[in-house]
Amino acid sequence: MLKIGVPSKGRLMEQTFDWFNARGVTMRQSGAMREYAGTVEGVPGVGLVLLSAGEIPRELAAGRIHLGVTGSDLVRDKLADWQSQVAELASLGFGHADLIIAVPAAWVDVTTVDDLDAAAAAFRLMHGFRLRIATKYHRLVRDYLKRHGVADYQLIDSQGATEGTVKNLTAEAIADITSTGETLRANHLKVLDGVIHASQATLYRSLTAPMTDQIASDLQTLLKKLALPHAP
Amino acid sequence: MTPRAEADRLFAAFQAAGAVPVDTDILQPAEILLDLYGEDIRARAYVTQDPLRGELMLRPDFTVPVVQAHMAHGADPARYCYLGEVFRKQDQPGTRASEYLQVGFEVFGGPSPEAADAEVFSLFTQLLAPLPLRAVTGDIGILMAAVRGLSTTAARKTALLRHIWRPHRFRALLDQFSGRAPRAARPLQPSDAPLIGLRSTAEIDARIKALAEDAATPNVTAPEAALLYDLLSLQAPAEAALTHLRGIQPLLPAIAPAVDRFEARLTALKSRGIDTQTLPFEASHGRTTLEYYDGFVFGFHGPDDLPAVASGGRYDALTAVLGAGASIPAVGGVIRPALVAQLRKATAC
Repeated sequence: MLKIGVPSKGRLMEQTFDWFNARGVTMRQSGAMREYAGTVEGVPGVGLVLLSAGEIPRELAAGRIHLGVTGSDLVRDKLADWQSQVAELASLGFGHADLIIAVPAAWVDVTTVDDLDAAAAAFRLMHGFRLRIATKYHRLVRDYLKRHGVADYQLIDSQGATEGTVKNLTAEAIADITSTGETLRANHLKVLDGVIHASQATLYRSLTAPMTDQIASDLQTLLKKLALPHAP
Repeated sequence: MTPRAEADRLFAAFQAAGAVPVDTDILQPAEILLDLYGEDIRARAYVTQDPLRGELMLRPDFTVPVVQAHMAHGADPARYCYLGEVFRKQDQPGTRASEYLQVGFEVFGGPSPEAADAEVFSLFTQLLAPLPLRAVTGDIGILMAAVRGLSTTAARKTALLRHIWRPHRFRALLDQFSGRAPRAARPLQPSDAPLIGLRSTAEIDARIKALAEDAATPNVTAPEAALLYDLLSLQAPAEAALTHLRGIQPLLPAIAPAVDRFEARLTALKSRGIDTQTLPFEASHGRTTLEYYDGFVFGFHGPDDLPAVASGGRYDALTAVLGAGASIPAVGGVIRPALVAQLRKATAC
């Protein structure tokens, strides 16, 4: 069976269902509203797997699902050398969010990553430890800061309420997803110039999932129905 | 020869050259390595959690623990050698090993740093002689001396020196300081947001002052900048490089002591039978992140698809950082025996 992993709750699940429905592939949560099982109608041989969006990259890389919908930020952050493990089939046009770095709005001297680097150097001299940036996007943030030659910082893991870490004195800056910036403003933070990654919901194909002739053929049928590139 | 047998052979050769074998733990405290290399090392080293000791790293190299052991109870001069696995995460699927043997040799102290540089390099040359390797040398001390000699503010020199191991960022700063890259005039936008976090108003004010001072600082002059760009790209056989450096020395007198040391090193290398007429020299060699060399550097390279078979250099500053005030001149290098064995097999030597 061709398995497709879809976020198991919230707006992301609804919008994913809508995207497929609009293309003649009907996805439905089976049974009770809170049951994490579902069905796919309109194409043969396709099974729906409802998963946490954060686990979909891992399941794709492990080859336990053939297709998956999740944020492009999660794929890039959770998978090393992601292009060797999954292929991007389509950007779905929703779930937009930017991964950005934010610092206290009162830091009038810091508006770019170069400023952040200079502030980090001075901060380390003054406080005796590296400037702390709270985030859950370790790989994306580290790669970005390395590319821009930022030194004297450290990443602090923060899995939620990241905007509060600065006020709570557990970090000096944060790197997080934002769509409107309202939470940042409410927490007296401002965004530095430059987006680390502009994320959106994306349909991926696993490059490692085992294929039978039947699954390959069902995949072509599905891709054709979705009007995506497929073998003739 | 198997990698292990090759490692044993090299380890024995280092001991025959007077080095005392040292052992270090595989599990190293992460804190000191993170403070030295910065967050980038997390992408390269395996970090694990100990319930009592906190974050630990699988030994990514031997230099730090060997320096620590020496600073704690070493003699002067001292020669050490070691043999064991190091661990490096690989982010790309492929053939690069994430766990491999390293055999190393380090010299601490001694009457002449240049003689110690030559001792290490000629020993490595000798041990690797039958293999088809390309040796490269460099000297980060010359570049550092050139930066310190620029006629500009201490703040700018500090900024350049801080990024000397990040060639891309170093270049961007130099472009900015010399007027090659446009400097955007950014009027500071006042903010009425309440200050949150540890960074204080005094720190913000200090940086605003520093920005104003920098904005009022004239560019590094074109001739001076040109010399530095020339130096960054200098690649020549060692003797020709020396002639070139002596040529620019009157224009950048601050590099004179570093060039003197370079010349003394070439003399020491010659006396050990190294042909300095053909020995490749690249002024920017060894300027990569996760390094700490601040003087002589060298590498032995095989085919392009292989990592360096051997590499090393001088790291006086590292001993100062780890020595809690004390410091000692130190130079050394490592060989990867598995790569030696592989090349030996491929070339039947």
